[in-house]
Amino acid sequence: MSKKFLMKGNEVIAEAAIRSGCTMFFGYPITPQTEVAAYMSKRLPEIGGVYLQAESEVSAINMVLGAASAGRRVMTSSSSPGISLKSEGISYIAASDLPCVIINVQRAGPGLGGIQPSQADYFQATKGLGHGDFHLMVFAPSSVQEIADLIKTAFDLSDKYRVPSLILADGIMGQMMEPVSFSEEESTDQPDKGWATSGHDNKRAPNIVNSLYLTPDELEKTVIERYQRYDVIAQNEVLFEKYLTEDADIIVVAYGASSRISKSVINTAREKGIKVGILRPITLWPFPTQAIKELCKTAKSFLCVEMSMGQMVEDVRLAVEGVRPVSFYGRTGGNTPRPEDILHKIEQLNEEEK
Amino acid sequence: MPEFKKTIGLTDAPMHYCPGCTHGIIHRLVAETLVELGVLGKAIGIVPVGCAVMAYDYFNCDCIQAPHGRAPAVATGVKRALPPESVVFTYQGDGDLAAIGTAETVHAAARGENITLIFINNAIYGMTGGQMAPTTLPNQITQTTPKGRDVSQAGFPIKMCEMIATLDGAAYIERVSTHTPKHVMAAKKAIKNAFKVQIEKKGFSMIEILSTCPTNWGMTPADSLDWVEENMVPFYPLGVFKDKSEEGVF
Repeated sequence: MSKKFLMKGNEVIAEAAIRSGCTMFFGYPITPQTEVAAYMSKRLPEIGGVYLQAESEVSAINMVLGAASAGRRVMTSSSSPGISLKSEGISYIAASDLPCVIINVQRAGPGLGGIQPSQADYFQATKGLGHGDFHLMVFAPSSVQEIADLIKTAFDLSDKYRVPSLILADGIMGQMMEPVSFSEEESTDQPDKGWATSGHDNKRAPNIVNSLYLTPDELEKTVIERYQRYDVIAQNEVLFEKYLTEDADIIVVAYGASSRISKSVINTAREKGIKVGILRPITLWPFPTQAIKELCKTAKSFLCVEMSMGQMVEDVRLAVEGVRPVSFYGRTGGNTPRPEDILHKIEQLNEEEK
Repeated sequence: MPEFKKTIGLTDAPMHYCPGCTHGIIHRLVAETLVELGVLGKAIGIVPVGCAVMAYDYFNCDCIQAPHGRAPAVATGVKRALPPESVVFTYQGDGDLAAIGTAETVHAAARGENITLIFINNAIYGMTGGQMAPTTLPNQITQTTPKGRDVSQAGFPIKMCEMIATLDGAAYIERVSTHTPKHVMAAKKAIKNAFKVQIEKKGFSMIEILSTCPTNWGMTPADSLDWVEENMVPFYPLGVFKDKSEEGVF
């Protein structure tokens, strides 16, 4: 049994990254993720790594682009408005097939919004974190332990597929403290990076990291090749958790902080005799579409709970394809759904179904 | 008699630059320098958005194509990722380095980042067809200053060397030109000095090179060279603005 530590989510993001072989971090301060940078600034020099505070989020993500091009495991971290600033660089990174890990400890938006937790960047993370046709692999932890586990997965899969990974956390995940243990297993899955621009040493042809293709057919070919990789990811890397779904009439779908609140409600509702379960997507892209489709065979309806005005609910509806009704309950602006309000919504749905 | 040969620092790819444009000369100067200093195999070039966007096909070293203006940030990531013997340079135009990428340029210099910026100043946006650049001269006619740059409306040109030289992290800052063979030779020497500063880990270096754009200036190549002498050199004086190549910045 590995050693347990009591740690803050943001610090676990940093420590887990280092234990996953990340040796470089570029960031810019923003609440509520600043502890990630603070931890990195202390720990990375101790292991001979590189911590650098950039002049902007824009520069930080481009430093990541440079370090990833050189073949290093590298990470950056920010919160919602800062992620918007990084989106230009993220599009270039995705288009250049560079592996890296990006952290978004979401706060409330739009605009400067607020500093309280939120899940309103789901669209941005899964549909459009920059211009052009591309995806990131998006992981949504719901506990401090899961942060530690998913950071390692995010690095390994990013290297494997040459697709950037995004950890979509929120202010609650970042700020809360829980016991955590770290994998003893070495992060060995670092494929040979023969494509890296690290100097050819007069021994090979120059390597080029590039996203410019002026011929439409050529550009289309690179995009299609990337989408073939996305298909493989969608086949093999979907992660989700099901809880009490087997006999459930109502399936709650929620991720991250809102899934924790929802899960606590499931038990209360069960005590009241309501057959309800929860499906918790752990990867938001690829989305557990098939798992939701399967549940349509047994469940009567779905309820999506989010800390937003309703974003993931669209993917749930796409998965359900009109076969079952899909309801939504959400709070936004930095508010979190209260258990009693979720319970009330479940009771309402249960009444309607009778 | 020394024989004039193609440098192995450049590939055989035919360049796309317009007739009379001095990009080709400057590419050659940079490539020759990397070869002569024995660092071509350790070099990583960061190319811009602008006319030189496809320079990754011309330099015979590893290259990265950076987002517009972000080359110094990308270079920072590369330099810090690799062993200190690596040689990292950016090749940027005036719009890239002095407008959209001003923050990246200033802060790379302020950090004393041990990289070399090759800055091509031709006082115009070339690739997009001749719009006003941050370095467009007062009263200069461009597509977006059809009556000439009115500084009371469009603001003043930026003298990057003078500005960057004020920063403590800047080790070697020089402005040169390419409008006569004599100036080309001086430009070569400046580029070599800058790379030596990087190799000896003395700090940030930038060489600003006055360059021509006959296509967008609407002139013959020969007239363009004269225009540099008559209009650009008086506004952008040539010379060394900072030299800490002996003591270094730290």
